[in-house]
Amino acid sequence: MRKIIYIYSILMLCCTLSFAQQTPADTQSQAISITGATIHVGNGTVIENGTVVFENGKIQAVGNSSTVTKGTVVDASGKHLYPGFIGANTNLGLVEVDAVNASNDQREMGSMIPHVRSLIAYNAESKVIESMRPNGILTAQVSPNGGTFSGTSSIMQLDAWNWQDAAIKVDDGVHLNWPSSFSRGRWWLGEPRGLRPNNNYAKQVEGIIAFVKESKAYLKGKRATKNIPFEAMEGLFDGSQKLYVHVNDEKGITDAVNFAIENGMTMVVVGGYQAHTVNGLLKNNNIPVLIDHTHSLPATSDHDYDLPYKNPKLLADAGVLVGIHTGSNSNFQTRNLPFYAGQVVGQGMDKEDALKLITSNIAKILGIDDMLGTIEVGKSATLFVSEGDALDMRGNQLTHAFIDGREISLETHQTELWKRYSEKYKN
Amino acid sequence: MMLVCSFSIVAQEHFPKNDGVKSENTNYTAFTNAKIFVTPTQIIDKGTLLIQDGKVVATGTSVNIPTNAVVIDVSGKSIYPSFIDIYSGFGVEKPKRQGGGFRFGGGQYDASREGFYWNDHIRPEQNAVDHFKYDAKAASALRKAGFGVVNTHLQDGIMRGTGALVALTSKGSDAERILDDRSAAYLSLSKSLKSRQSYPNSLMGSLALIRQVNHDAAWYAKGGIKITDRSLEAFNNNKGLVKIFVAGSKANALRVDKVGDEFGTQYVIVGGGDEYERIKDIKAANATYILPLNFPNAYDVEDTFAASVLELSAMREWNQKPSNPKALADNSIRFTFTTDGLKSPSMLKANLMKAIEYGLDKTKALEALTTVPAQVLGQSNKIGSLKNGAYANFLITSGDIFDKSTTLYENWVKGDRDIIKDMNIKDIDGNYSFTMAGKTYDVKISGSASKPKSDVKSNGKQLGSKISYKDNWVNLTFTSTDTTQQEFMRFTSRVNQNDNLSGKIIDPNGNIAYVSAVKSSSDDDSKKDGMNKRGGSNKEVKMMPVTYPNGAYGVSELPQQETILFKNATVWTNESEGILENTDVLIKNGKISKIGNNLSASGAKVVDATGKHLTAGIIDEHSHIAAASINEGGQNSSAEVSIEDVIDPEDVNIYRNLAGGVTSIQILHGSANPIGGRSAIIKLKWGETADGLINKNAPKFIKFALGENVKQSRSQNGTRFPRTRMGVEQLFTDYFTRAQEYDAKKKNGQPYRYDIELETLTEILNGERFISCHSYVQSEINMMMKVAEKFNFKMNTFTHILEGYKVADIMKEHGVGASTFSDWWAYKFEVNDAIPYNASIMHNVGITTAINSDSGEMSRRLNQEAAKTVKYGGVSEEDAWKMVTLNPAKLLHIDNRVGSIKVGKDADVVLWNDNPLSVYAKAERTMIEGATYFDIDKDKQMRSKIKKERSELMTMMMQEKNKGMKTQPIKAKDKQLLECDSMD
Repeated sequence: MRKIIYIYSILMLCCTLSFAQQTPADTQSQAISITGATIHVGNGTVIENGTVVFENGKIQAVGNSSTVTKGTVVDASGKHLYPGFIGANTNLGLVEVDAVNASNDQREMGSMIPHVRSLIAYNAESKVIESMRPNGILTAQVSPNGGTFSGTSSIMQLDAWNWQDAAIKVDDGVHLNWPSSFSRGRWWLGEPRGLRPNNNYAKQVEGIIAFVKESKAYLKGKRATKNIPFEAMEGLFDGSQKLYVHVNDEKGITDAVNFAIENGMTMVVVGGYQAHTVNGLLKNNNIPVLIDHTHSLPATSDHDYDLPYKNPKLLADAGVLVGIHTGSNSNFQTRNLPFYAGQVVGQGMDKEDALKLITSNIAKILGIDDMLGTIEVGKSATLFVSEGDALDMRGNQLTHAFIDGREISLETHQTELWKRYSEKYKN
Repeated sequence: MMLVCSFSIVAQEHFPKNDGVKSENTNYTAFTNAKIFVTPTQIIDKGTLLIQDGKVVATGTSVNIPTNAVVIDVSGKSIYPSFIDIYSGFGVEKPKRQGGGFRFGGGQYDASREGFYWNDHIRPEQNAVDHFKYDAKAASALRKAGFGVVNTHLQDGIMRGTGALVALTSKGSDAERILDDRSAAYLSLSKSLKSRQSYPNSLMGSLALIRQVNHDAAWYAKGGIKITDRSLEAFNNNKGLVKIFVAGSKANALRVDKVGDEFGTQYVIVGGGDEYERIKDIKAANATYILPLNFPNAYDVEDTFAASVLELSAMREWNQKPSNPKALADNSIRFTFTTDGLKSPSMLKANLMKAIEYGLDKTKALEALTTVPAQVLGQSNKIGSLKNGAYANFLITSGDIFDKSTTLYENWVKGDRDIIKDMNIKDIDGNYSFTMAGKTYDVKISGSASKPKSDVKSNGKQLGSKISYKDNWVNLTFTSTDTTQQEFMRFTSRVNQNDNLSGKIIDPNGNIAYVSAVKSSSDDDSKKDGMNKRGGSNKEVKMMPVTYPNGAYGVSELPQQETILFKNATVWTNESEGILENTDVLIKNGKISKIGNNLSASGAKVVDATGKHLTAGIIDEHSHIAAASINEGGQNSSAEVSIEDVIDPEDVNIYRNLAGGVTSIQILHGSANPIGGRSAIIKLKWGETADGLINKNAPKFIKFALGENVKQSRSQNGTRFPRTRMGVEQLFTDYFTRAQEYDAKKKNGQPYRYDIELETLTEILNGERFISCHSYVQSEINMMMKVAEKFNFKMNTFTHILEGYKVADIMKEHGVGASTFSDWWAYKFEVNDAIPYNASIMHNVGITTAINSDSGEMSRRLNQEAAKTVKYGGVSEEDAWKMVTLNPAKLLHIDNRVGSIKVGKDADVVLWNDNPLSVYAKAERTMIEGATYFDIDKDKQMRSKIKKERSELMTMMMQEKNKGMKTQPIKAKDKQLLECDSMD
């Protein structure tokens, strides 16, 4: 196996060398104005024939056609302007090729490892990352997957030289894989296939509670002997970090919410397949949900065929703050984020509300709504122009994209191959 | 009390005798005044059964009893022929699995035996009698459950060899017990535990292997095989035997019956107890069934969280399964029962009574346990009845053998008596009273025949008590009237001829008194009433209706063809007319009848389609839904297997696909090996049988595969050729060379061994079967075309074909089509250069290009996947739409019938609420051949029906628990979505 990994590594290296990554754009040097666009602000409002002006990476004016332009003017007549989409709970940069182990840095070993930090392994030059941008995904939370307390995520902008200049919010939260109420039959050991109640559930939950109690006790003490995992829990207790609890079933969500409240933590549900069954609990405790992306199958034969399609709407209608995450899917699929949101429109959600699922709602949930999520004065000029409706495959066609006012490349390894071979067949 | 010494059964007269004198017993035994079931339908009241030397001599009302007869008066009791179980492993130990559990890669590909068949799982040479060792404990348990004879075999392997018919007598030796040492031949779909040979590792592989063994045995019989093969010899020797096939489910029953029919063999089928779900097809198979009687307990649904994953189908199974025997009886299907699958044979009776409660006729039940199994084995003159000359295998019971209160007293096997419960024990049920030390005690005894219970009161005060009754002695312990003390009174009495209980009582202080408990007379009458009531009443059982499939969203009957006129739709014709606005389409007799403006048709149902879009149904060239197995990776070529053998019409993904506008799919074999298995091209007629789904107008296809999967790149210890792309080319060359040689032999009229695999490859060479080839990188794509050209055939379709854009010109020249993913990449090394512009480049070069799913999730949104070719590469909407309709129809050569909206084509159409390429679009109605298989309004109704039925069943299960019945913990099916890589 080692040999194979070695061969793979060499091959990977060759490929990396043969096609250069897109060069990150320079800092915004002069003011830019986009005019004539239908501006989808990201908070539910739309400005027809609108103008946006930004300078030094920040939005300075948003308004109708009478807004005074400044600097370079981009005519976006008949086009649509959107705030950059935000990927939540992604593994971008942590894995390049799923089935090539050498390229995979998603899961560290161990169980209680909140100190493990995703941004360290973040490969800013990943070909998968550059493929996000032509679809409008300009920012992403990058999370680790392993263990029970999996580690700490960070939020990155997707046009950078390295993890340092990519990071816009370092160590934003700690991720916790809540035990499932169900366990799967290990059929390869002769157990019957299928789900059955997890008999170890209570014990596993107790393990989490014990770790939190120990952390608290340690943090109150003199910390004479440093304990790195306990140290990594501090932000959860002082409110500087959020707790992202990965949990899908009704019982687990209920237990996790009570656990977070008892320990004074700011919690986000990640997954939430059955969250709609406890939306009262979530709403009353202001607990937002990063719901699993919509392109998935119902969990049982009895469920509505379109339950995953409408799940975000069920929560939104009940007043729960909800965004869509893509962590349960293969890494490269994150570029379909706009269509995951578009799918909910087919279920009767308003288009601008669906847009919130991948912009302002996520910004609020991740705690970056002061910088990102809407096209409003004072916020980062992280936005893009699309030929048409960016939530629909038929209209999602980017002509310009900006991160902090920097106009970024929309080319990728893939567009280069496309052009090269289209050229080959021209004659 | 009578004591009859057992006879020494058939004397072993040629054996020397060193432990005493020769003592042969030629006496008769006569059972008089019995209700005798000579057969389930030939019943003698107050008759005599006369037996001698282990056999029935006579039955009747005027049997002449010889003087040297021991007479046993069994008045009031019944005598039945004892039961027979013909699917048993009695006395034959099952082998232990070789080595550990699941192992990935590094399989064993060759047989581990020499002089036998090339596959270790084919073991017709096994004979149960060689492995048989009488198991006294198991025999006793079986006799207690009423069995006299079982047909046992070695439960191991696909072909398991012969069984042995065994009498369950404890006396004598195997020489007397084994009634027939080659009583039947057994088969199953499961591999031998004695070998780790990897082939077959799928259901379709097992079926294909059984076919090939049949061919090989015939070839062997003709002398075609020059070496000795003891398996094939045994197979041929077993030809005349009854073949019992363990199918284990209704679906597998139909599958194995079909294979049997191909070779003129009618299997007796061990079923799954779910036959009622497809009773018409089960009936049509014309087999006799051996049914397990293991009905599931109710689920414990108190935990609402856990219960949320419990599926309707599982709850219905609990509710409906006991009706299975009745369903077979009602349809005149011959069946017998087996205790196989029960924790203990003692559970047979309770389950049988449940089946009777669900309406199974008692005579049928008795036949299923006696005459039917005897007939199946061709042993009716010896077992299963009490006809003269039959073995004296019978049961003596207190009454109706299927009544709860009936006691089984004795089980005689070959004239050998086994007392289960002393039948001479006196019934002491009743109310008694006695006085002691000035206090009157009232004692009520019930259930004395089986489980005695007592109730003791003194002057109306309830006392705790316990009773035992054995060998005519009663011991009754009860608490003293002083409840402040924990003190006991002990009463012991021998039961006498009179009704009173006379005995001694010892009080807590050790004082002894002699008392007589006098029985009051009134009790007998009330008891008789009770008896009548038990015999007569038949509790109503609430049973949910069966649907097809029998779970959520199943239908009670198939949708019918309708005449429908869609008015004012935007019609995506996929023909030269393009997209027509404000157009009417008439559907009639399953076909597209008219397209035009202002159409009208008498009797047509008019659907206002204003603002809606009507398209041809979506066709998925690469699907793995609706199949019970996908990969036969046990060998590097598996051209002999066919997905058509393993279609699963109950996969809910069929319904979900319909809800996404899909009407036809190709179910492809997986990509575990270079030469995969044959495809099934089906229409998604939800509710149909497996055969009913198959598109009979579609040509033959097979799956090939290249690259990482077939060379087992991710397995560390692969031992299967090929391990490189270089080897893959040579493998194809090898197989096609062999196929050419095979075909030449056939065409020259030379004798040849019929080889299913080479037959299939020959079809490819002769242009009668098309290939859909899983492929990724340009080198292998190019190679495959060159191999095809070398052997003078054309590749039909490259599926996945993610680097097709790199060799599109060469593909175009070869004339191959492409079926690709819209935007998948980065999931493994060989897809590193996959680009979402692939489809548009190939399309622009002029290749017939389709977008496929390879996923039960993506398949229900293929309209969106097609739309991605608009985004990536700017394909026109009209052409993009063809990539999931007309183009896959062309690739599958079914475009003469489906794929566009054209007069005369099948009415496989979808009505969308929006432009079908939009992410916002929803299919509102999906039709196949003019019948509506999905309707969004009907879907809503079904949702509320499911909700209602779920609650109703949960209430019923909670009532069951409250009654004290056993429950089982919640479990749910693990949704295993099969993809190319699935090893199943």
